[in-house]
Amino acid sequence: MSFSSTSFLNYAPAPESTALLNLKPDYGLFINGDFQPGNGTPFQTISPATEKQIAMIASANEADVDTAVAAARRAYDRTWSRMSGSDRGKYLFRIARLMQERARELAVAESLDNGKPITESRDVDIPLAAAWFFYYAGWADKLDYAGVGPNPAALGVAAQVIPWNFPLLMLAWKIAPALAAGNTVVLKPAETTPLTALLFAEILQQADLPAGVVNIITGAGSTGQALVNHPDVNKVAFTGSTAVGRMIARSVAGTGKKLTLELGGKGANIVFDDAPIDQAIEGIISGVFFNQGHVCCAGSRLLVQESIHDEVIDRLKARMSTLRVGDPLDKNTDVGAINSAEQLQRIRELSDIGEQEGAERWSPDCALPQNGFWFAPTIFTNVSTSHRIARDEVFGPVLSVLTFRTPAEAIAKANNTPYGLSAGIWSDKGSRILAVADKLRAGVIWANTFNKFDPASPFGGYKESGYGREGGRHGLAAYLAPAARPGSRARTAAISAKAGSAKASTEKVSTEKAAAARKKATK
Amino acid sequence: MTSPASAELATRERTTTLLGGEATDANLRRYLHGIPGIDAVGLEARAAGLGTRSIKTSSKRWAIDTIISLIDLTTLEGADTHGKVRSLVSKAVSPDPSSPDCPRVAAVCVYGDMVSVAVEALGAAHSARTPETPDAGIRVAAVATAFPSGRASLAVKLADVADAVSAGADEIDMVIDRGAFLSGRYGQVYDEIVAVKAACARADGADAHLKVILETGELNTYDNVRRASWLAILAGGDFIKTSTGKVAPAATLPVTLSMLEVVRDWHRLTGVKIGVKPAGGIRTSKDAIKYLVTVAETVGEEWLTPQLFRFGASSLLNDVLLQRQKMTTGHYSGPDYVTID
Repeated sequence: MSFSSTSFLNYAPAPESTALLNLKPDYGLFINGDFQPGNGTPFQTISPATEKQIAMIASANEADVDTAVAAARRAYDRTWSRMSGSDRGKYLFRIARLMQERARELAVAESLDNGKPITESRDVDIPLAAAWFFYYAGWADKLDYAGVGPNPAALGVAAQVIPWNFPLLMLAWKIAPALAAGNTVVLKPAETTPLTALLFAEILQQADLPAGVVNIITGAGSTGQALVNHPDVNKVAFTGSTAVGRMIARSVAGTGKKLTLELGGKGANIVFDDAPIDQAIEGIISGVFFNQGHVCCAGSRLLVQESIHDEVIDRLKARMSTLRVGDPLDKNTDVGAINSAEQLQRIRELSDIGEQEGAERWSPDCALPQNGFWFAPTIFTNVSTSHRIARDEVFGPVLSVLTFRTPAEAIAKANNTPYGLSAGIWSDKGSRILAVADKLRAGVIWANTFNKFDPASPFGGYKESGYGREGGRHGLAAYLAPAARPGSRARTAAISAKAGSAKASTEKVSTEKAAAARKKATK
Repeated sequence: MTSPASAELATRERTTTLLGGEATDANLRRYLHGIPGIDAVGLEARAAGLGTRSIKTSSKRWAIDTIISLIDLTTLEGADTHGKVRSLVSKAVSPDPSSPDCPRVAAVCVYGDMVSVAVEALGAAHSARTPETPDAGIRVAAVATAFPSGRASLAVKLADVADAVSAGADEIDMVIDRGAFLSGRYGQVYDEIVAVKAACARADGADAHLKVILETGELNTYDNVRRASWLAILAGGDFIKTSTGKVAPAATLPVTLSMLEVVRDWHRLTGVKIGVKPAGGIRTSKDAIKYLVTVAETVGEEWLTPQLFRFGASSLLNDVLLQRQKMTTGHYSGPDYVTID
């Protein structure tokens, strides 16, 4: 943002202090309750705002993955599966409280490692992550009411691979329900954002969580691949790109592992001509510029009724001109750094294609820092449904604006995407909101708001946005199996899972030991 | 100078153009109800977001002095006396006697019968009122039109205004007829504001500035606040003001934000700048800074002058002075180090 130096709006710097961060120069793998060196080549994690190294991070190879899964299996068999729900709940409550106690530290670490503004990590990521643990802590002794019948069983060892856009929050979404349901966990954070997961490991030590119940292994894609393909894993949960999700689905198929995928999106934000216009503008802004647009459920396609198109664009541009892009640790920053050079490259590529395809590109006049990865908030007008920027997930601060004339056309255009994660509807007319929401094929639909999350509310996608739900009672069910009773459907499922594993072992893909372990888990 | 009659005519003509007809209940209703609605949750979320701006060091220093220069230092008590008003005036002229560079407040705001006392007490410090130096000196604002309830005949209200204006008031803070507004008699509210505006004409040819108090606490919904804001501006108000201070809730950040949005839209539509005055309930520097941020990020920082933005407050000034002393000396003093007025 370019204000004159005498301008009040050129707010004096208000940086959050990093003094309370007590980081180690290098971090190991968190396995069986302790940090230990990895057998892979360590890598550095950098701050995307400055490109400076924050710490060196261990990398897990296949042997480390094996150790971690074995630790999780042991903890499952000996401790966690035998513990009462109320005792598991006590640990979860303890973790939640410790996260609140260390909230400031976690927020600073998250902004440093991810590049997101401190106001977002402080006011959204960390409080929500703690809320997720509080919510599922309450479920731990009430699993009979989770919707899978009385006395449901945990699945066993859960392999969880999470993305870099909401590092700690995605960790909470994965670990909290898994532990509440009685599973043990091996989690791999994203390569570019391992920091808060490692601080979380310290919190687990503080909470005295039994060793091996949660294991956190760091590394690149190959580590994640080894983890989800490990034969002694009963459940795979992945959040990330549709391409990787597809690979995982393929490799997990036929193994009997339960799978949930939360993948990409190209959310439609539909603004009708009777919308509360000022709030709609705010919703468009937070829909696509929140977290630099690194949000799978971002409202990256604006569908605006043609009769108010020009007015909405005028107002949107005026509002975008007040966005402050810069230092993620400054408390007045609205838009932080792009998470990685790789992601910046992709955003640039797709934006250039947008221009080549004939869409009109606009960004406010804003000075970007010299070092680090930055991309100014951008909107494209004159976009057609056939343009790539209207179809491909940009995963950056880039909005494509399309128009519609009637509600039917809005619905048709909103659904015309291989994705189906989120959508927004802006209208003052309640009946229209309900009617349109009913016809949108998206997992989450917001009315007169956007990007609101709550642990009690299930979240997930249609079509290529994935399957399974996270959050709420539904998120719990993803980590539970019905109690096996003679003749029940669950038993049939267990038998077919066994058959699948038997077949796998004859193909020498998994070891005998692993097949035996799975047999035990599916009992 | 245009005559009051021709100014009134111009206002009515502008309204007729915008409405496509006379300012009748039906036409006003059609116009005001055609304005996009407000989503309360979204508005409040935006206000809360603006409230998280972190204003530090040099920005804070500027904000503190700006807040002082935007205050309408107010006393509106049944127990007001000449002595009380003179004390208020001396505080307005010299908010912090220990700090000569401390700015003066924008105006003192009193009941109509105290206007002459305030004018006399201000003496040379009173606003020069010349077009060349509109801000030189402190102005005298008077509440009028059967403040705070507004429950009197139009003749009584107009006499109230004329009385204050002839006593030397530079600004009139009128109240709208909330009863008429809530029962849909928009034409009546409009006509009253137009008539009060005409009564603001002074003998010297200048107009007393008209601030229109909406009493947002009684309008209850943000949609009502937005419509009343448009109505007051259509009828020729120079300022729209949230509250009398006698009804809770008085000024809130979301209400003020919604009024600023109207002012912004009116400026886009006509090029005319209207002022905004939140009044009542703003007691701390921290709160007041949130308002400055909201003004700057909604209508632009050119609104942060006494011609376009005011705080209606009494206890706010001392909290700001404490902050100001703290920024100068580096430590907090106490309430005994600022004067009571």
